[in-house]
Amino acid sequence: MATIVPPPSKRQKIAATEKAEREAEESRIPNGLGSIRIQFVDQGTGNAAGPSVAIDVQQATVKNLENLLNTLQAKDPSERTPYRFFFNASKTQAENDTTSILDIDRDIYSSILKPGLRTVEDNIVLQYAPQAVFRVRPVSRCSASISGHGESILAATFSPATSSLLATGSGDNTARIWDCDTGTPKHTLKGHTSWVLVVSFSPDGKILATGSMDNSVRLWDVKTGEALGGPLKGHTKWITSLSWEPYHQQAQGKPRLASASKDATVRIWDVPLRRVEQTLSGHKGSITCVRWGGINRIYTASQDKTIKVWNAKTWTCLHTLTAHAHWVNHLALSTDFVLRTAYHDHSLKLQDTASTEAKVAQAKQRFESAARVNGKITERLISASDDNTIFLWDPSSFDPNSNATPKPVARLLGHQKQVNHVSFSPDGHYIASASFDNSVKLWNAIDGKFITTLRGHVGAVYMCCWSADSRLLVSASKDTTVKVWDVRTQKLKEDLPGHKDEVFAVDWSADGAAVGSGGKDKVVKIWKN
Amino acid sequence: MPQNEYIERFQKQYGKRLDHDERVRKREAREGHAMSQKAQQLTGLRAKLHQKKRHAEKIQMKKQIRAQEERDVKSAGPSEPSSTPLPNYLLDRSQANNAKALSSAIKNKRAEKAAKFSVPLPKVKGISEEEMFKVVKTGKKTAKKGWKRMITKPTFVGPDFTRRPVKYERFIRPMGLRYKKANVTHPELGVTVQLPILGVKKNPQNPLYTQLGVLTKGTIIEVNVSEMGLVTAGGKVVWGKWAQVTNNPENDGCLNAVLLV
Repeated sequence: MATIVPPPSKRQKIAATEKAEREAEESRIPNGLGSIRIQFVDQGTGNAAGPSVAIDVQQATVKNLENLLNTLQAKDPSERTPYRFFFNASKTQAENDTTSILDIDRDIYSSILKPGLRTVEDNIVLQYAPQAVFRVRPVSRCSASISGHGESILAATFSPATSSLLATGSGDNTARIWDCDTGTPKHTLKGHTSWVLVVSFSPDGKILATGSMDNSVRLWDVKTGEALGGPLKGHTKWITSLSWEPYHQQAQGKPRLASASKDATVRIWDVPLRRVEQTLSGHKGSITCVRWGGINRIYTASQDKTIKVWNAKTWTCLHTLTAHAHWVNHLALSTDFVLRTAYHDHSLKLQDTASTEAKVAQAKQRFESAARVNGKITERLISASDDNTIFLWDPSSFDPNSNATPKPVARLLGHQKQVNHVSFSPDGHYIASASFDNSVKLWNAIDGKFITTLRGHVGAVYMCCWSADSRLLVSASKDTTVKVWDVRTQKLKEDLPGHKDEVFAVDWSADGAAVGSGGKDKVVKIWKN
Repeated sequence: MPQNEYIERFQKQYGKRLDHDERVRKREAREGHAMSQKAQQLTGLRAKLHQKKRHAEKIQMKKQIRAQEERDVKSAGPSEPSSTPLPNYLLDRSQANNAKALSSAIKNKRAEKAAKFSVPLPKVKGISEEEMFKVVKTGKKTAKKGWKRMITKPTFVGPDFTRRPVKYERFIRPMGLRYKKANVTHPELGVTVQLPILGVKKNPQNPLYTQLGVLTKGTIIEVNVSEMGLVTAGGKVVWGKWAQVTNNPENDGCLNAVLLV
């Protein structure tokens, strides 16, 4: 009897596939093309990284370019950053046309030389954008399934500071804070007299704000679970959305909170004084979403088909965007992620004990690096509507002095039913939109070009949420499943069945460790790798 | 072209009389008078028939008027938008909740284990073979043999069925008594939908009848529920579901069933 050779180990298998890939790569690029000259330019600032370098065409793959760029920047081998490369295909160098920017996915040959955009004799200017140095591992199992709520869970959000705290709002008139490490309930926040529709952590993660069907907003101490005073009354209809003032703009110890309501107003609350600082009225229908931007702007979307941009200092309405033909359901900012997490980043260098100045500086620095495109701080806005379309706006380009209605950057067409939720990836390169037509669509966030459709859900998709490294996306649907999608391959990464009914809310923690979801089956599920 | 459309054909070829519209208008204007005269003058059976027709028409008219009036009335908005908690993005939307309610009801029911074995009609009246089968005696050779049977009850026959050669065909399932669709009711919601039949799972009378696809009262059939949009716990669309026949299709000419949940 012959001896059976043991199956190859995992390392051997990986080595074999890598070798095969390398060979395939090399055979794809023809020999004898010589070398090309490449100039690296930072996409954010527009600064050149070192002199232009000559590189063999055969070697010019993204992986090698990454190595080269890291070496050019004299980075320590332990601190190597992965990069994404873009190429501006417009012929004139001076013109900064964003519509002809190519994403180089594998190598220079296949994306630039082969289509004939440049020849080997040209000097090729490559823009680079750093990708997250950390990698979020896709969640694959349900680590805890916690019951406690007596009714459907309507909202769920993680604390920006840690992935161990999840807050949920429910139809049983309570909000709860869960300890995700142990999978146990931590606090039950009782006080509302009707459903809790929205929950929102302050950017420093110390206060939780809840908005309810009983027309009031309540504030809670996250650590102790105590109510911070009584309800904030003022709205005449239920609360639809909450948004905190960005951390880097808050006056010391005086955070403010914007609450949007069905009664067509937004109220700005002074949190320590617990009173209304300002009421923004002007919309004619229920306000569906409010966002407090990082450059003194407040954005509101309403069912009166308009989006309004407000000045967060003088409280005047600056622009009314009237492109949509039906209710505007949701708004997202390209800086949502950094505004939400403020000074908490993946390195966790800055602890809560750090000085406030350091925190503000860090939050400001994070905001600016996320918002900077071509050296300018721009906050892009995206709006989803019932007219099945999405509009991409650049509010910083609106002329404050003209009365003309501002023009959108792009109109994203493709969904076949109402679009319920949109979100920017944390690095600002992608837009994901969740629609009632059972699909999630990915769009390029720079020019609004369609990238792909992620199909797999068999019911309306209610929400989608990005991982912190922008490489994964999680979506929650009416079909009772949560699905994780890989953005790079544009495929389903993990299917997470387990809920017994519709999933209304899903959130990926800011550090990427856990996904929390809740829905009609009254159970909170924590998903981990 | 059907033969009875000669008027349309003529009009297409030669057009209408010049006073056509005028004549139509006048005929319509006369209609009320003509009706009234009929109602007064007709006697006997004709009067009865006429009255019956008028009665039905009047009911229809009244219904229509009522519906029109209802449409005009502006109802006050409901104070509470919905009794079940909903996230704010679903609050202002009117939803078709039928199929949804169906699937959750099914899930609730599945939790009770015993429910699996209970069916709405636990007992059925036996049907004798004499009632079920008619001996076919037509033809010279068949009459001699006497083993050919005609099934006298409605049947379900799969879409790809072809009859066997006459020589070998023992059971004949008449074309006129074949069914493809069933009116399936969800017991808890009272929603009735017409669904295609996928197969006969069990005829309580006799395993042979199951094989033949005979549809009698109490038969368990599988129906295609894909258009209801039910979803399993794993997120897949439910395709087939079982239902039990509740009526005597041979008497009623239709097939009613109740979904087993």
